[in-house]
Amino acid sequence: MSSITTRDAPRGFSAQEYLTCLTGIVWREGLRFLHQRERFVSALVRPLVWLFIFAAGFRQVLGISIIPPYETYILYEVYIAPGLMAMIQLFNGMQSSLSMVYDREMGNMRTLLVSPLPRGFLLFCKLLAGTAVSLLQVYAFLLIAWFWDITPPPSGYLTVLPALILSGLMLGSLGMLISSGIKQLENFAGVMNFVIFPMFFASSALYPLWRVQEGSPYLYYLCEANPFTHAVELIRFALYGQINWISLAVVAICTIVFMIGAILAYDPSRGLARRGPAGGEG
Amino acid sequence: MTTPAPIAEPHETPRPEAAAVPALSIDGVSHAYGARRALTDVSFSVQPASFTALLGLNGAGKSTLFSLITRLFGIQSGRVSIFGHDVSKSPGEALRLLGVVFQPRTLDLDLSLTQNLLYHAALHGIGRREAAARSAELLGRIGLTERAGSKVRDLSGGQMRRLEIARALLHRPRLLLLDEPTVGLDVKARADIISHVRQLVTEQGIGVLWATHLFDEIMAGDDLVVLHQGKVLALGPMTRVVAEAGAQDVNTAFMRLTGAQTMPGGGA
Repeated sequence: MSSITTRDAPRGFSAQEYLTCLTGIVWREGLRFLHQRERFVSALVRPLVWLFIFAAGFRQVLGISIIPPYETYILYEVYIAPGLMAMIQLFNGMQSSLSMVYDREMGNMRTLLVSPLPRGFLLFCKLLAGTAVSLLQVYAFLLIAWFWDITPPPSGYLTVLPALILSGLMLGSLGMLISSGIKQLENFAGVMNFVIFPMFFASSALYPLWRVQEGSPYLYYLCEANPFTHAVELIRFALYGQINWISLAVVAICTIVFMIGAILAYDPSRGLARRGPAGGEG
Repeated sequence: MTTPAPIAEPHETPRPEAAAVPALSIDGVSHAYGARRALTDVSFSVQPASFTALLGLNGAGKSTLFSLITRLFGIQSGRVSIFGHDVSKSPGEALRLLGVVFQPRTLDLDLSLTQNLLYHAALHGIGRREAAARSAELLGRIGLTERAGSKVRDLSGGQMRRLEIARALLHRPRLLLLDEPTVGLDVKARADIISHVRQLVTEQGIGVLWATHLFDEIMAGDDLVVLHQGKVLALGPMTRVVAEAGAQDVNTAFMRLTGAQTMPGGGA
C-alpha cells in the first residue's frame, strides 16, 4: 500500500486537499450559522430597522442630488442601501472574530489548529467562510429591500458579488486582527463599540460625503480615510454595474494589509496560556 | 539542551519499519509563561505500538507539553518530533501522523456526530466520500451508529469522549495523545475507554501517550513518565520505575519520587 511510504516521506499537500479543507470549513461555518437562528434574524433586523424607520424619517430631511453612480434623483432609502449592506458585513466580520475568541476560550479552536495544513491557510479559510455567511445575509437583505422599492438593475445583483466578497474579506480580516489583540471575551464588546460605530458613522454609508464636507471639512477627510467608506462606495458602484477604481484600490490594499496582519498576529496560545500563570492546568 | 538528537532523518530512512524512529520524541524541551517555568528540560520518547503513561498531578505541566506537541504553542527551547518530523520545521508532516484528544471537550455541540467527524476529515484534506465511509466505520466501532444524526449535545460524557477518540483516529494517525481523557466519567465509561485505547495499541500498533493523574489506569506493561513541577523525575517501564523507587505499586513510587504528602483520590 502506498500509505506505508507516506509515513516517512514528506509529501506535502495536494490542491485537492486544500480545496477539501476550504469547503469543509465553509460548510461547517454555514451549518453553525443556520443553527444560530437568532444571529440570522438579528443580522437582518438591524439593517431593516435602519431602512424602514431611520430612512423613512430622514427622507424629508436629506435631499440627495444626482451623484454617481445614480442617474436620477433617488430616494434616501436607495442611497443608504449599499451602506447597510456594508454594515451587515461589518457586523458579521466582528461577530466572526468574536466567535473565534469564544472558540479559543472553549477549546474548539484546537480542532482547527491541529489540522496539518498551514495555519495561515486555515485562517484564510475561516475568513472566506465568514465572508460566505455575510453574503447570505446581504442577499437576504436585498431580497426584502426589493419589496421596499430598492430595485437596482437585475445584473447589479451579480456585479455586486465580487465587491461584496472583497469588502467581506476586508472587514473579516479587520475583525480577526482586532480579535488577535484581545485577551478575553469580556473585552470584546467595548472594542467593538470603538470600532463599529465610528467606522459606520464616519463614512459615506448614511450621507454623501459632499454633504459632510459642507458641515465639517475635517470630518470629511476622516471619512475619506476610512476604509469602510470605500467598502460602501465599492458596493454602491458595483450594484449599478460600475467600478469605483479608487475604492477598489483602497479596499484591495486594506484587505491585504489586514489579512497579513491578522495571520501574523494570530496567536493561538493567547487565552490558552492565560490559564497557565493562573495556576490552573499547567 | 541542544544535544543533537540520535534520530534518523526521515529522508534517509524511507523504510517505515526502521525501529530507530520513535513515534514521539521530546528532547530537552523547556517552556515558561513569562517568569513562571512550566517545563524544564523534559526529554522522553514514545515507541510505536506502546502505551506510555504520562503521570503527574494537576499543574505538573502535562497540558503545556500537549500544547507544544500539537503546535498550539511555539517551542521555546528543545525539540519535538513525531516519527522523525520536527513539529516546528515541518508541522504539516508531523501533525498528519498525530491524533489528539484534548482535556476540554472540543466538539461542536450543535452539529451531529457525523457532521463533527466530516468537519475533522475535511481539515485533514480527506475527501467527502472517503470521510463518510470512515465516519460510519468508526461510529460502528464505538457503538454509536444509531446516534449518527443526533446532536452531540444530547450525548453523555462518556459517549462524547468515545466520539472524540473516534475523531482523533479518523485520519489514521500513528500516534495518539490523550490528555486526561477519563476525567469526569463514571467507572463503566472509564473502563470502556481505557480498553478501547489499549486495543488500538495492540491491534493497530498505534503509539499512545496517555496523560493522567489516576494511578489505576497504568498497567504493568506500560512505559511510565513521571512529570512533577515541570521536570521528569523518572521514566522507563512501569515495573522498573516502581522497583527503582523501592516501592510496591505506582502510587507509593509516585509519592516517594515527588515527596508528595497527599494524593487526589487516595490517602497518604
